[in-house]
Amino acid sequence: MSTAATIDRAVPPPAGPRAFIARLRHGDEVAHVLTLIFAAVILLLTSLLVFELWINSQLSRAKFGWMFFWTKVWDPIFGNFGALPFIYGTLVTSVVSLVIAVPLGLAAAIFLAELAPRKLSDSIAFLIDLLAAVPSVIYGLLGIFVVVPIMRTTIGPFVKRTLGFLPIFQGPNYGVGFLTAGIVLAIMVVPFIISVSREVLLTVPREQREAALALGATRWESTWQVVVPWARTGIFGSIFLALARALGETMAVTMVIGNDPKISASLFAPGYTIAAVIANEFTEATGNLYLSALIELGLVLFLMTFILNGLARILIVATERGGGHP
Amino acid sequence: MNSFRLHWRKSLNLVMLTLTGVAAFAVVSVLFLILGYLVYNGGKSLNWDFFTKLPKPVGETGGGMANAIIGSLKLLFLAALMGLPIGLMAGVYLAEFGGKTFSFIIRYTTDLLNGVPSIVIGIFAYSLVVLPVKHFSALAGGVALGVMVIPITVRSTEEFLRAVPGSMREGAMALGASKWRTIATVVLPAASGGIVTGMLLSLARVAGETAPLLFTAFSNRYWSPGWEQPVASLPVMIYTYAIAPYDDWHRQAWAAGLILLGLVLVANLGCRLVLSRWGASRSA
Repeated sequence: MSTAATIDRAVPPPAGPRAFIARLRHGDEVAHVLTLIFAAVILLLTSLLVFELWINSQLSRAKFGWMFFWTKVWDPIFGNFGALPFIYGTLVTSVVSLVIAVPLGLAAAIFLAELAPRKLSDSIAFLIDLLAAVPSVIYGLLGIFVVVPIMRTTIGPFVKRTLGFLPIFQGPNYGVGFLTAGIVLAIMVVPFIISVSREVLLTVPREQREAALALGATRWESTWQVVVPWARTGIFGSIFLALARALGETMAVTMVIGNDPKISASLFAPGYTIAAVIANEFTEATGNLYLSALIELGLVLFLMTFILNGLARILIVATERGGGHP
Repeated sequence: MNSFRLHWRKSLNLVMLTLTGVAAFAVVSVLFLILGYLVYNGGKSLNWDFFTKLPKPVGETGGGMANAIIGSLKLLFLAALMGLPIGLMAGVYLAEFGGKTFSFIIRYTTDLLNGVPSIVIGIFAYSLVVLPVKHFSALAGGVALGVMVIPITVRSTEEFLRAVPGSMREGAMALGASKWRTIATVVLPAASGGIVTGMLLSLARVAGETAPLLFTAFSNRYWSPGWEQPVASLPVMIYTYAIAPYDDWHRQAWAAGLILLGLVLVANLGCRLVLSRWGASRSA
């Protein structure tokens, strides 16, 4: 019986739909088609997601067009909706979080990949993975009750005393606002930067380090001038991944940003992000246009993270396939 | 001049290397700060009522979150029911059957789906389930979480199936088993430990999701029998209670936070320990 099956298989299978149906009689083809259908469901769900976002934002897209992105007004009562304050808030909080998280994460990744003994490095990486698993609403909870008060009494006044001459650090400090949201986001994305950068740094060939050390470089010089440049594409990939996370993060930001659709130069001012406005106003959106505008914001958020994730993946794969070094 | 430069380079070396160590320990200490804070604040306010009582009406102190605990379990059950089979089968397809182009497309789509912000998944489930029937339901929340379970399950299933040595497949085929029999009776059982752990990890991840539930499962201050009513869940309760102006609600938010974090961390810890003993994967 098995020989017959093998001989069957050795003959090249005839093409065409009828032959395909004939082959279905073997269990293998049934299993193949069955798993294929489930895999196709993923494709279907994702296309459906894009489709639903597109269709349900139809009203808003038709009414506001490209002006949606340049209008500062968000007025549910008169039905005027502009995305600019939310796009601004999303970008500002994400940039603030990266300014904090990138140096911190890169330094920690360098320590774990270059200095720490393998065992210590693995256990710290393990703990950092756990940190990445903490639900975002928990970060929000700590944000409201811990970070906001500290911001109001300690960090805020300190920053004002030292850097208060900069326009971004002027104006009243309420505790909630862009800076607070950026700090909470930084804590949330730093584990991603560390674990991806560490992996990428570990793929840098040992000879690179040895050559630099043999030329008389110090440990830091070999790391900073040889290892990090070698891995830089992958490190940029990790930063893009972190940025994509920060853009889409909802709960923690909603709880500490102050939820005020204004564009302010000061980082102490309260603001709003795309994800936060969807979270806050979706259930109370009265009228189809209001809902449609919120869904269009969702579409914008989707496209932003889609592009960033794609770029991140390309960069990380490029580095791991043998060095992003020119 | 030269010795000064050498001195400077050596000091820079020392300073920068120390700073990297400080950064690593600072990040790790955040984990312990979070844990410590929740255990301190949550432990103080955790009591038996929390697990057995319904929320009290606004303004009254006391009460618990029994309905939210059951609600979270119901939502996870729905998510598992929907997400795990799709994830498992698609993972089998990618590891065992997939052709080149279509596999690439599926893998790419899976990564894309994994990167979609959870609030957008919420909008998706809303337009799919809530809009047609015009009311929030446990079912809608389950769909939202189920969609989020799929990509993680696919990737971990594929990874563990690929870790099964080819010699086992060849052995089974050599004994005359067809391909699907080989997969069902040899390959899948061999990888089952890893696959199940990967599934648990994906459920642990969605267990803490709040954003996709806000306008799908919504919330409820009472029991919600069946699947077609709005249902409370721990993450949404934490959010609602934390932003409310009542001290007693803050107290309960901490207690709920402790329970949620405890569950998520224990699940993660257990799964990751099992996985590292399996030694198959660092990234699942």
